[in-house]
Amino acid sequence: MDNHYELTAAYSLDALDGLERERYEGHLATCEECREELASFWAVSGALAHAAGGPAPPPALRARILAQARSERPNVVPLRPRWALPAAASVAAVAAVLALGLGLWGSSLSRELDRERTAQASVAEAVAIVTDPRARTVPFAGADGHVVITSTGNAAVVLSGLARAPEGKTYALWVIADGIAHPAGLFDGSDSRLVQKLSRSVPDEATVAVTLEDEGGVPAPTGAPLFQSLIV
Amino acid sequence: MRIRDHAHLSDEALVALVARSDQGALAELYDRVGGVAYGLAYRVLRDESLAEDAVQEAFLGLWRAAATFIPERAKASSWILTLVHRRAVDLVRREERRRSEPLEVVPEATTGSAEESAWLHLERERVQHALRRLPDQQREAIELAYYGGFTQSELAERLGQPLGTIKSRMFSGLARLRELLDEGAEKDAWTTTTS
Repeated sequence: MDNHYELTAAYSLDALDGLERERYEGHLATCEECREELASFWAVSGALAHAAGGPAPPPALRARILAQARSERPNVVPLRPRWALPAAASVAAVAAVLALGLGLWGSSLSRELDRERTAQASVAEAVAIVTDPRARTVPFAGADGHVVITSTGNAAVVLSGLARAPEGKTYALWVIADGIAHPAGLFDGSDSRLVQKLSRSVPDEATVAVTLEDEGGVPAPTGAPLFQSLIV
Repeated sequence: MRIRDHAHLSDEALVALVARSDQGALAELYDRVGGVAYGLAYRVLRDESLAEDAVQEAFLGLWRAAATFIPERAKASSWILTLVHRRAVDLVRREERRRSEPLEVVPEATTGSAEESAWLHLERERVQHALRRLPDQQREAIELAYYGGFTQSELAERLGQPLGTIKSRMFSGLARLRELLDEGAEKDAWTTTTS
């Protein structure tokens, strides 16, 4: 049987191969003790980073990162050509770290033990979209968050500061295209921070809206949106 | 734009501002962590443009997902460095360019103020000192894994040791390093205790 302390150390050094890493992350989803140990080992590997001793970055890198952040709009992505080739696998790998750093395992996942595998996969998918370097970001008007859309139209929402939906109610996500609202998923707002993949893709010129509906969801919105995104 | 008007804020406060699309806060975080991040990525990748990619991707992830960062879980700087490291290791494995020899001596990486440069210099000395105090085999395993990008199985093969031995060297080395770093932090802490 594997010693999880040793695996935690190896994981914090990124010394696991792809399969080992995936298995360990599966374990992490259910083990608060290992998550705590990992946080403490990450502090040590963070210290190791300071002793790496590499050269200073080229000044242009700062400008490029800031320009990219500024230009989170359709079709204006000042990336070097290499960015045209990121492997899906590597994006997913970064996504897993991000999910851990964000505490997503702690909040939405450990609560759902029997559905943990599915939940883990869907969070990883959502975070993969959020970190896709070619994706673009459109803010919500009237809420703290945004929609992230990949070049293939896959999309995730990032929202924070929402109140939990009242008893018997649920938040509903809609993709509104050509004046028609298509259901794109539900959430209850019990996490103060939400990262969720939309269940349908988002075409150009669409918006993403959120309404409050009866639990279980409805085929079409019953009222005006609580808030919606700018045009994608 | 005013220069460094976020300089007094903590890393975690900056992440909260980044979540509100504050570009000044992103710039300040880059100024604090970008130099170390790039140095780390370069040490692993030994390639300038790949190192830039790793850093850029981490900061982009931060920009987009900062709203969901939970400060209690991790320090913002170690979170960013973890992202950079993971990306660098994945790239180096894909590109088959792993190197184990140490870096030639280069000027220290700085992107921030003089105070930060001084702090980074001290931090680098402190960690290097702690690393030197590890037993050779533990230090070797940690350095090859973290700076070289080798997996534990590759290390076992390369060093001609059973996998279990490598795992235990990495674990013991990291645990010892954690102690040494804590010790150092306590010793450096301001104190008036004389008993």
